[in-house]
Amino acid sequence: MTDTQASARFVNVGERTNVTGSAAFKKLILAGDYTKAVDVARQQVENGAQIIDVNMDEGLLDAVEAMTTFLKLIAAEPDIARVPVMIDSSKWDVIEAGLKCVSGKPIVNSISMKEGEEAFLAQARKCMAYGAAVVVMAFDETGQADSKDRKVEICERAYKLLTGIGFPPEDIIFDPNVFAVATGIEEHNNYGVDFIEAARDIKARCPHVHISGGLSNLSFSFRGNEPVRRAMHSVFLYHAIPAGMDMAIVNAGQLDVYDTIDPDLREACEDVVLNRRPDATERLITLAERFKGTDAVAEKAAEEWRGWAVTKRLEHALVKGIDAYIVEDTEEARQQAARPIEVIEGPLMDGMNVVGDLFGSGKMFLPQVVKSARVMKKAVAHLIPFIEAEKTEGQKAKGRIIMATVKGDVHDIGKNIVGVVLQCNGYEVIDLGVMVPWPTILAAAKEHDADIIGLSGLITPSLDEMVTVAEEMQRAGFTIPLLIGGATTSKVHTALKIDPVYDGPVIHVLDASRAVGVASQLLSDTQRDGYVAGIAAEYQRVRDVRAGKDPSVLLSLADARANAFVADMAHKAPPPAQPGLHVFDDWSLADLRDVIDWTPFFRAWELHGTYPAILEDDIVGESARNLFADANKMLDTIISEKWLTAKGVVGLWPCARDGDDVVVHLAEEERHVTFSFLRQQIRKSRDRANMCLADFISPDGDWMGGFAVGIHGIDAHVARFKAAHDDYQDILLKALADRFAEAFAERLHQHVRTTLWGYAPGEQLTNEALIREDYRGIRPAPGYPACPDHSHKPILFDLLKANETVGLELTESFAMLPTAAVSGFYFGHPDSEYFGVARIGQDQLEDYAARRGVDMATATRWLRPNLD
Amino acid sequence: MSARERLLAEAQKRILMTDGAWGTQIQTFGLSEGDYAGTLGLSHDQKGNNDILALTRPDVIETIARSYLDAGSDILSTNTFSSTQISQADYGAEHLVRDLNIANAQIARRLADEYEARDGRPRFVAGAVGPTNKTLSLSPDVNDPGYREIDFDTLKNVYREQVDALLEGGADFILIETVFDTLNAKAGIMAVLEAQDALGRDVPLMISMTLTDLSGRNLSGHTVEAFWYAVRHAKPVTIGLNCSFGAEQLRPHVKLLSGIAETLIMVYPNAGLPNELGQYDELPEQTAAFVREWADAGQVNILGGCCGSTPGHIAAMHKVVTGIAPRQLPVPPVVTRLAGLEPMTIAA
Repeated sequence: MTDTQASARFVNVGERTNVTGSAAFKKLILAGDYTKAVDVARQQVENGAQIIDVNMDEGLLDAVEAMTTFLKLIAAEPDIARVPVMIDSSKWDVIEAGLKCVSGKPIVNSISMKEGEEAFLAQARKCMAYGAAVVVMAFDETGQADSKDRKVEICERAYKLLTGIGFPPEDIIFDPNVFAVATGIEEHNNYGVDFIEAARDIKARCPHVHISGGLSNLSFSFRGNEPVRRAMHSVFLYHAIPAGMDMAIVNAGQLDVYDTIDPDLREACEDVVLNRRPDATERLITLAERFKGTDAVAEKAAEEWRGWAVTKRLEHALVKGIDAYIVEDTEEARQQAARPIEVIEGPLMDGMNVVGDLFGSGKMFLPQVVKSARVMKKAVAHLIPFIEAEKTEGQKAKGRIIMATVKGDVHDIGKNIVGVVLQCNGYEVIDLGVMVPWPTILAAAKEHDADIIGLSGLITPSLDEMVTVAEEMQRAGFTIPLLIGGATTSKVHTALKIDPVYDGPVIHVLDASRAVGVASQLLSDTQRDGYVAGIAAEYQRVRDVRAGKDPSVLLSLADARANAFVADMAHKAPPPAQPGLHVFDDWSLADLRDVIDWTPFFRAWELHGTYPAILEDDIVGESARNLFADANKMLDTIISEKWLTAKGVVGLWPCARDGDDVVVHLAEEERHVTFSFLRQQIRKSRDRANMCLADFISPDGDWMGGFAVGIHGIDAHVARFKAAHDDYQDILLKALADRFAEAFAERLHQHVRTTLWGYAPGEQLTNEALIREDYRGIRPAPGYPACPDHSHKPILFDLLKANETVGLELTESFAMLPTAAVSGFYFGHPDSEYFGVARIGQDQLEDYAARRGVDMATATRWLRPNLD
Repeated sequence: MSARERLLAEAQKRILMTDGAWGTQIQTFGLSEGDYAGTLGLSHDQKGNNDILALTRPDVIETIARSYLDAGSDILSTNTFSSTQISQADYGAEHLVRDLNIANAQIARRLADEYEARDGRPRFVAGAVGPTNKTLSLSPDVNDPGYREIDFDTLKNVYREQVDALLEGGADFILIETVFDTLNAKAGIMAVLEAQDALGRDVPLMISMTLTDLSGRNLSGHTVEAFWYAVRHAKPVTIGLNCSFGAEQLRPHVKLLSGIAETLIMVYPNAGLPNELGQYDELPEQTAAFVREWADAGQVNILGGCCGSTPGHIAAMHKVVTGIAPRQLPVPPVVTRLAGLEPMTIAA
C-alpha cells in the first residue's frame, strides 16, 4: 500500500545517495558507476523516501561535476524524479550548480549565518530566485549552536532575517544540529534534550517553519553496534517528533518500532537521549554488549501449536491474528514449496479462506479480521522479494481493485477497513491513500488494469469530487464498475448525481460487510449482468421518485423567514464570565477517557449496538469485548506514554443578529465578522418553525462562541503501524483519536457552560446525560445539518486563530487536519436546539451568495448537498 | 499604477481577452521568400521566420495585430516566439535578435496605445518568449541520458537578451509561453528576475505551460500542480496553459489549476486538435462554447487562442464571456509546496 498526495506531517528524507553517509554509494560514485548509483536512488524512492538527499562532498571528488552528473541522470528517471530533491552540500558553488539542474522545486541543504548575515541573505535570495526551500543550520559567526538557548537564538535570528527579505516562512527548515550523546564527555550528555527542547521553542517562535536533523550523528559513539544505534534513533524520534521535528534524514527501513525495542535497551536509550541519570552512558555501554552482533528480539515462549505442521501453524496464526512467528513460518513454507507464489496460493489463501468463511458466517467480526489481515500482509511482504526475484507472473487474484480517498479529503478509516476485508477475501487491493486527485486514480486503474475502482470520502465536498472522478472516467472511456462509499455518501446521492454521469456500473456500498458481495457479483461472469441491471433499475427508481416529488414543498425564503423561530430574548444567556479566547494546550487525556462515547467507536468497526449493552450482546458481544479490551489497552499506553496531545481553543464573543446573519464584534481588533446561516425552507406542520441558527441570537446584543479541538501526535505511530503492516493498530488508533476529539468537544462544552461562559454553573450531569446532550445550549459544527456549509470553517478558524492555537489546518475542501478534530459554534439560549437545514431553494441560494459575497458558482459548490 | 496593478484591476471587472495565433494567421498571407528576406541581405532562406516580418513586412504584423484588437483583445502578444539567439541561428539571423524584439514590441505598443486612446479601455503588451528547441531537462541522445545540449546559464543569457529588448520596445509583461520543459521556464524566470534587478522595477511575468499528454504533464514530466509549485516563486501575474490541445482536452487541467493558483488564470488553447491534414478546423462557435464552460464555472480570468485560432475565434469567445463574472482568486492554505515531477506538500 502506498500513501500519496496527502500533506505530509513527518517527512523521511532518503539518505543513501549521500557520499558522506553511505560508504556503498561513495564507492559507486568514486568508481564512476553512475548506473548503479541511480539504482540506489530508485530503491530509496521505492522504499518510501519522500525526498531524496543528494550529497557529493568528498575530497576525492569534483563535487560540482558529480552533483550535476547525478542530478541530470535521475532527472531522466520518472520513478525517481517524481519526488523532490534535497541538494546537500557545505559548498555554495555545488548547491548552485545543482539548482541549475533541478526542474521542480527542490530543497537546499544548507545555508547558515556562519559567514555573516550578508553572505547568508545573498544565498537565501538566490534560493528564492531559483525557487527552492532551504535548510538553515543553527550556525552563526561564532560557531555551531550546541545548547538549547543558542539553537533557539540563532534560528529565531535567521527567521527574522529571512522573513525580512520576503522569504516564505513555510519554505524554511531549521536544522538545530543533532550531536553525538553518550560520548563519555559530560558536556555532551544533554545534547539530545537540547535539540528536543529547542525544536519546541523554535516551532513556537517561528510560525510555519519545519525542523529537521540528521540522526546518524546521535549514535556516533556506538559505531558498529547497529541494534543500539537503531534503538537510539527510534527513541530520539519518538520524543523529538511530538516536540515539532517534522523531517529527518534517515534510512527509514532501519528504524525500530518503539514498542518492540527490548524494554531494557529502550529504557537505557531513553536515559541517554533524555539525560535522565548521571550513569546513563555507562549503563548503555554495558547493556550494548548484549546486543552487539544480534538483531534478535526477545525469546519466544514455546506454545503447543508451535509443534504443528507448518500449514496448520499458518492457518492458526491467520485465524487467531498472531504475528509473532509469521515470518519464520512463512519462510519455512517457502522452503518447502516449489515456488514462493505457491505459499500464497496454498496455505496462506487457505487460511484466509477460513477467516473469510468465519467472517461470512458471522463467527468472526471485523476487528479480528483486520488482525488476520495484518498477519497475512506480513507473510506476503516476506514473500514478495522472492516472487519478484523469480520474475514470473503471479496468478491473478480474484480481481484487482483500486481504492482511494478522493482529493480534498483525508479520512481513511472506512476505506482501510474495506480494503482489508477485500484483501482477506482474495482481492488484490491497490490503495492510493488519501487526497488522491482523479488523474492519479485513472492512471493507476489503467496501469494496473483494474477491475473495479472504489472511492471513499467522509466530508460533503468529497461528494462533488466523486462526481468529478466519475465524469472523468466517462470521458476517458472507462467501463469498469465504480464503487462509492463513506459516511456522507448515500444511495440517493449516488443515484442522482454519480450514476447519471458514468455509463459503467456505479454502486453505492453501504458498509464494509457488503463490499465482498458487491465485488464478487460484479466480477462474476454469470451474475454480473443481472446484478448491474438490477442496481441500475433501482437507481432509476430513486431518480423517478425524486423527479416526481412536488417541488412546491419548499416555502419561499420570505415565507420561511416569516415562520422563523421566535426565542424569548428575556431568557438569553448572560454575558460570559470570561469572554475572549481561551487556549488549552494539553488537556488531560485521562480526563477525556472518562467521557468517551463508545457507541460510535463500535459503529466504526461495524459492530452495531449501544454501549455498554453491546458488550453482552449474544452475537457481537465477544467480538465487542475483545475490541474494547484492545482499545483500553491502547488507551493505557496512549495515556501513560503520552502518544497524543489534546489541544483546544474556545472563543466567546459579543454579537448581534442581523436577519439570518450573526455579526460578531471584535472590539480589540476593531472589526466585525459575519456568519451567514441557512434557514429551513421545507414546509412545516402548523406549529413548527422554519429554523435558522440566527434565531437563537438577539438582535439587540448577545453572545456566541466558537471552538476547535484537535488531537495531535498520531502520525508517527500510524507510520510505525503502516511500516509494520499493522492495519489493526492503525485503525484502532485512528478510531480512538476520533473518540478523544469528540470527548474533548463534549468536555470543553461543559467547561464553557459551567465556567467560561458560566450560564449553567451548577450543572451536574452523568456521562450518559452528557452523551444524551441533556444540557442547555448547543454546539453545532460547520458541515453538519444545522449549518451544512463547510466554508464557515476558515472564518471560524481565523477568529479562533486555530492554526496557531490548536495547530489545526484546513484542506481545500475544508477537511480538518489532523483528522481527529471537531470545531463548531456555541449557542447559549435555553431554546436553542439542533435541527437540519435540509433542502433549500434557489431564492435562498442567491440570497446566501450575496450575503457571503461570492459568486453563484461558489455558493452552489458549497451548498450542493442542500440543493436539488 | 503599474502594469501589474492595472491588469489586476481590469481582471476584477471582467474576463479579459488576449490574442490568437500568429503563425497560422501569417500563413494566410501567402508570403514569398522575398517578403520574408526583404533587403536584409541574410545568407540563409528566411521563409518561415515569422518574427523577421517586423523588419521586412511590418504591415503584415500590424494588420494581424489590428484584427485581434478589433476582435476584442485586451492583451496583444508580440510576434517574438522565436526571437532568440538559439532559434534565429536556424536562419543565420542571430545578430538581429535585439532588433526583432524591439521592432515587434514597438508595433504592439503603438497599436495598444492607439486603441486604448480611442475607447479608454486599457490594452496591454505581453512580450512573448518561446521555449526554444533546446531542453534543459532531457537528453537528445537516448544512449546518454546525462547529456544536455545546453546549460542553464547559457539559456538564461539567451533569454536575458530577448527580455531586455522586449522591455526596451515597450512590453508590459514578459510571457514565458508554451513551456514544455519546466527547467527552461526557470531559466527564463531567472533572466526576468535579473532584468528586473537591473532596471530597478517590477517586471511582471506571465507563465503558460503546454501539456504533451492528456493526463496533464508537460514534456519534462511535470504535472500541472508540480509545475505551478516549481514556478510559483516568480509571483507571475498570470499562470495558465496554451497550445497542444483544444479547449475540450484542456478542461480538467484548467479546473485543477484554477483551484490552486492564487493568481490570474490565462488559457489560450488551440482551435481544437489538428485534422489528418494538420489543419485546425474547430469553428469559433465551438471553441467559444468550450471556454464558456470555464467562464461559467468561474475558472478563468483571461482567454485567447493558440494554433489555428483566428480573430473570429477571439471575437466569438469575447462575445460568449461578456457579462460573466471573472474568476475570483482562491486563498490557498499555508503549506510547504515542493515538487519533483509530482507535487509534494508538507503541513506547515
